[in-house]
Amino acid sequence: MKIDSIQNGIVLDHITAGKALQVYNDLELNKLDCSIAILQNVKSSKMGKKDILKIDQEYDVNLDVLGYIDPDITVSIIKDGQTIEKKKLALPMKLVNVKKCKNPRCITSVEQGIPHIFKLTDAKNRVYRCIYCEADK
Amino acid sequence: MKHLIDPTDLSVAEIDEIMELALDIIDHKDKYNEVCKHKKLATLFFEPSTRTRLSFEAAMMELGGNVLGFSSADSSSATKGESVGDTVRVVSCYADIIAMRHPKEGAPHFASFVSDVPIINAGDGGHNHPTQTLTDLLTIRREKGRLNNFTIGLCGDLKFGRTVHSLIKALARYEGIKFVLISPKELRVPDYIITEVFEKNNIEYKEVSTMEEVMGELDIIYMTRVQKERFFNEADYVRLKDTYILDRAKLKLAKEDLSILHPLPRVNEIAVEVDDDPRACYFRQALNGKYVRMALIMTLLGVKA
Repeated sequence: MKIDSIQNGIVLDHITAGKALQVYNDLELNKLDCSIAILQNVKSSKMGKKDILKIDQEYDVNLDVLGYIDPDITVSIIKDGQTIEKKKLALPMKLVNVKKCKNPRCITSVEQGIPHIFKLTDAKNRVYRCIYCEADK
Repeated sequence: MKHLIDPTDLSVAEIDEIMELALDIIDHKDKYNEVCKHKKLATLFFEPSTRTRLSFEAAMMELGGNVLGFSSADSSSATKGESVGDTVRVVSCYADIIAMRHPKEGAPHFASFVSDVPIINAGDGGHNHPTQTLTDLLTIRREKGRLNNFTIGLCGDLKFGRTVHSLIKALARYEGIKFVLISPKELRVPDYIITEVFEKNNIEYKEVSTMEEVMGELDIIYMTRVQKERFFNEADYVRLKDTYILDRAKLKLAKEDLSILHPLPRVNEIAVEVDDDPRACYFRQALNGKYVRMALIMTLLGVKA
């Protein structure tokens, strides 16, 4: 199957197969008014199979969200049909309003307007802890 | 501006300074009875407390300061639906320092983001209780003469026991301390204490389920209450509440110079017959709580004698 190249926008490549929809939802791409291609189970020599997202619009992508979901995703910025920049992702040290604390005893479960903040405490096992209650869920 | 939210907000050097100041207060009370004149402490207790609130209030009074606040969420605007953030913003207009207890974990941490005055965490749910930790450290220092090289047993509810979590974090920074964790399987310390305190710092610890098997090894035993208010399920509480009771028979297995600590209140986990044993330190510990809070208030307010 062939999908046209984009002229100006972003390509998110090497997404773990099956995770493209999560990336789509977490980046809230449904709010964009442009063409978006979601490719799933694309053959990959490196990964076996992978997902790809193509966003046909200049867009300030939230690298923290992407890095949290999958730090191995490749982010390519496309301008006039050419790749002008490739961004490296890393596990973000801090997540702000990316995920919510699920501990029912945490202040975030009742306080309105409180920012949900997590800190990376164990990079090897990708453990993030809520800065308020220290729960890792 | 410094807050005290987590016991590790204070460096070992800062804790040592607070200990020294508390010891000086104990020896020279008159020197300190006006150092906080015209200063106000607000005690915001969204959850009931006897010892902690009264010891904070007594501490401020003995420093010559004044106290305002509330002792339960029912007598505050929280009943009208006011948020923690708004309450703290308002109170920080009226007071020079705030001591706050809240049933939700992390509430004092959030308060520190919005407050214009120092916040002291006076207990947040099952999470942390750093001023109890300072009390415990001062008690160990006075009873043992040191804060290093001993074996401490922590017994009871190690899962929801915030005093236990705070004390472990604080003691983990001193040399030569071995931890013996005595609890039923359901009430063991949270995983993060194991991985991020013990394992990360290569600290010797073991988990056991009976007191008898370890009593003879301990220099200090820290007893805790199984807290009814932390359980969602009454049946679980009833099943676990009487698991560990320290009595004279068990003390026969212990060292002559054991120190028995308890953050109080106790229910029945230490038999009343133990109170007369010279190894029982828990009432002296409660008194130390006032002195160490005096030292902490002075430190956070930047006040000197």
